[in-house]
Amino acid sequence: MLIQIKNLYKVYQLGEIQVEALKNVELAIKKNEYVAIMGPSGSGKSTLMNIIGCLDVLTKGHYILNDQDVSNMDDDRLAEIRNKEIGFVFQTFNLLPRASALHNVELPLIYNGTPRAKRQELARQTLEEVGLGDRIHHKPSELSGGQRQRVAIARALINHPSIILADEPTGNLDSKSGEDIMKIFDQLNDAGNTIILVTHEEDIALHSNRIIRLLDGEIVSDDLIRS
Amino acid sequence: MYDTFSRFNEYLRMAWDSLKTHKLRSLLTTLGILIGVTTIITIFTTIQGLNQYVYGQLSNIGASTVYVQKYPWVIKGDFWKYRNRKNITYKEYLALKKYCTLADHISPEVFSVKNVFYKNESLDNIFVIGTNEQYSLTANLFPATGRFLTELDVRHKQYVCVIGYEVADHLFHKENPIGRKIRIGSDKYRVIGILEKKGDFFGQSMDNFIVVPIGTFRRVYGGHRGLRVALMTNNSDDMEDMKDEIRGIMRRVRKTPPDQADDFSINQQDMLTDLYNKLTATLFTIVFVIGGISLLVGGIGIMNIMLVSVTERTREIGIRKAIGAKRSHILIQFLIESILIASVGGVLGIILGFFAGNLVLAQMDLSMGVSLLSILIGFGFSSLVGIIAGFYPARKAAGLNPIDSLRYE
Ligand SMILES: Nc1ncnc2c1ncn2[C@@H]1O[C@H](COP(=O)(O)OP(=O)(O)O)[C@@H](O)[C@H]1O
Ligand SMILES: [Mg+2]
Repeated sequence: MLIQIKNLYKVYQLGEIQVEALKNVELAIKKNEYVAIMGPSGSGKSTLMNIIGCLDVLTKGHYILNDQDVSNMDDDRLAEIRNKEIGFVFQTFNLLPRASALHNVELPLIYNGTPRAKRQELARQTLEEVGLGDRIHHKPSELSGGQRQRVAIARALINHPSIILADEPTGNLDSKSGEDIMKIFDQLNDAGNTIILVTHEEDIALHSNRIIRLLDGEIVSDDLIRS
Repeated sequence: MYDTFSRFNEYLRMAWDSLKTHKLRSLLTTLGILIGVTTIITIFTTIQGLNQYVYGQLSNIGASTVYVQKYPWVIKGDFWKYRNRKNITYKEYLALKKYCTLADHISPEVFSVKNVFYKNESLDNIFVIGTNEQYSLTANLFPATGRFLTELDVRHKQYVCVIGYEVADHLFHKENPIGRKIRIGSDKYRVIGILEKKGDFFGQSMDNFIVVPIGTFRRVYGGHRGLRVALMTNNSDDMEDMKDEIRGIMRRVRKTPPDQADDFSINQQDMLTDLYNKLTATLFTIVFVIGGISLLVGGIGIMNIMLVSVTERTREIGIRKAIGAKRSHILIQFLIESILIASVGGVLGIILGFFAGNLVLAQMDLSMGVSLLSILIGFGFSSLVGIIAGFYPARKAAGLNPIDSLRYE
C-alpha cells in the first residue's frame, strides 16, 4: 500500500473557534491508482491534498506513506519526503516568475544535490516529454496557461516521485488546454505513475479510475469507476 | 564536498540573479557599506604610504643620536616656559665634549640663513650650518664628491665649505665646484665637497644648505648664537645612560639647583616617531568610528531591504519549500544574498578607497601602494555586516510555513 491514512483529523484554530477541516478520514491508495477527489468548495479537498503531500501536518491520526510513518516527522524530514516522493501540480502553477522553464524544472534537483550539468540535462528531457522542448528558455510570463501547467508537471516529474498530486490543475485553464493537461495525466498513469487530483468538474474526474467525494471534511463516497 | 560546493555555487547564482533584478535598489542598499569601506581603505592606503615615507625619513635622524637644545621637539603644555630658557652655549658644548664619556661622536651646530654667490649666479636664503668634522656622522651626511670638513679645517677656522647637492647644481651648472670660491654673505669660502642627494621631505628640499667650520662661522657671524649639540653613541644600549650623563653635565655647568627641572631639552628620533604614531593612531580611531557608523547604517539598510525581500518573495519561499527545500537551504540562500549585497559595496569601496588613497599619496608626492591588509579588512568587514544584517531576515524566511507562503498574495 502506497498511502494509508487512518482516523485522520485536521483542526484549524481560528481564535476562539475550531474548524474541523477533516474528520475521521480513512483512506488507502495503491501504487498506480488514478484517484479524483471531489467535493464542494470548503469541503477539505486541499487540506487533504496538503497532508498527503506532506506540506501540512495532521492534528490527529496516522499517515503512512511508502511504509514510513510521516505523522510526526519534523520540518526537514518532511522537506526530504516532499523532494523525493511527491510531485505537486497546483491550480495557480506556482512557478518562479523570473526563472526560465528549464530552471523551474530543475529546481527540485538543486535540493537533492544533483550536479548542475546532469540537472539541466534531466530538465531538458522532462520538458521535451511534456511537449515543451522548444520553450525551455522561456519565462512563465512568456508561456500560455497550458504551457505553464506543463512546466509545472515537468517539475513534478523530474525526481520520479511516488505520487503526483494535482490540486485543481485545470482550474485556471480553458477547456481545450485543460483536456491537453488531462491527456498528459492519463499518459503518466498509463506509464505507471500514481496520480491523485482534486477537481470539481465531473468530466475531469472521469479521467480517473476512482472518485472520492468529500463533504464537510468527511469522505461520503469512494467509488471505483474503472479497474 | 562536491555537493556543498555545487550548492554554494547555485546559491551564489540565485543571489546574483536576485541582485540583477533589483539593480538600483541593491546599489542604494549597499551605499552605506560602500562609504564605510571607502573611508577605511582610503585612510589605510594613505597612512601606509605615509608610514613608509615618514619612517624612511625619520631613520635619517640616527636612532642613536640625541640633540641637546633649548626647545623640545614635541612641546607639551605651555610654550612660554621654554621661551625663558637660556640658549645652549659654546662653552656648554665644550663641557659636553670634555666630560661626556658615552658619546662617541659629538658635533656643535649653529645655523644662519645667507645669500650665496658664484660669478653671476646667486641663491637667496640658504641655510648655513657651522659645525665640526663629526657632523658627517651625527647627521648622516656624506660627500658625493670631494671631502667633508676635517679636524684641521675646524681647528684652524678655515674658510672652506661643503655644499648641498642643489646648491652645487644651481651655482655651478656643469662646472666642477671643487676648489672654487663662493661668497656666503660677505665672505669667501673654498668649496671642498658636495653632499650626496637627499631628496625632498614634504616638499622641502633637503639639499640646499652649506656646511662650514664652526669657528669660522662664529668669527664671521658672531658667537652669541644658541647652539644645538648632537651626541651620538655607537652602542644603542648606552642611549639612556648617555642621556643621564648629558643631563648631569648640563645641570652642573648651569648650576641648576637639585629641586629645579632641567632648563634644556634632550631630543631624539623616537620623540618624533611617537608623535607620528600618536597622530596616526588618532586618525585610525576617527576613521574606524566614521567607517563603523557607515557600516552600521549600511547593515541596518541591508537588514531592512532583506526583510522587504523576504516578504516580497514569500510565495517563492513557499514554492521552494513545497518541492523540498529545507530550512537550512532557505537560510543559506538569503544569507548569501545579504552577504553578496554587502560584498558588492565592499568591493566597490575597496576599489574607490584604493584610488582615493593613492590620489592623496600622489598629491603629497609619495609613492603609491596597495595594502593587502586593507583589502582583507574591507572584505572582512563587509562580509561580516552582510552576515549579521542578513541573519534575522534569513531565519525568518527559513521558518515560514510552506502552505501559508504558497497562499500569500
Ligand atoms: N489555514 C487555515 N486556517 C483556518 N482554516 C482553514 C485553513 N485552511 C483551510 N481552512 C478551512 O478548512 C476548510 C477546508 O478548506 P480547503 O481544504 O481549502 O477546502 P477546499 O479545497 O475543498 O475548497 C474550510 O472551511 C477552510 O475555511
Ligand atoms: Mg481547494
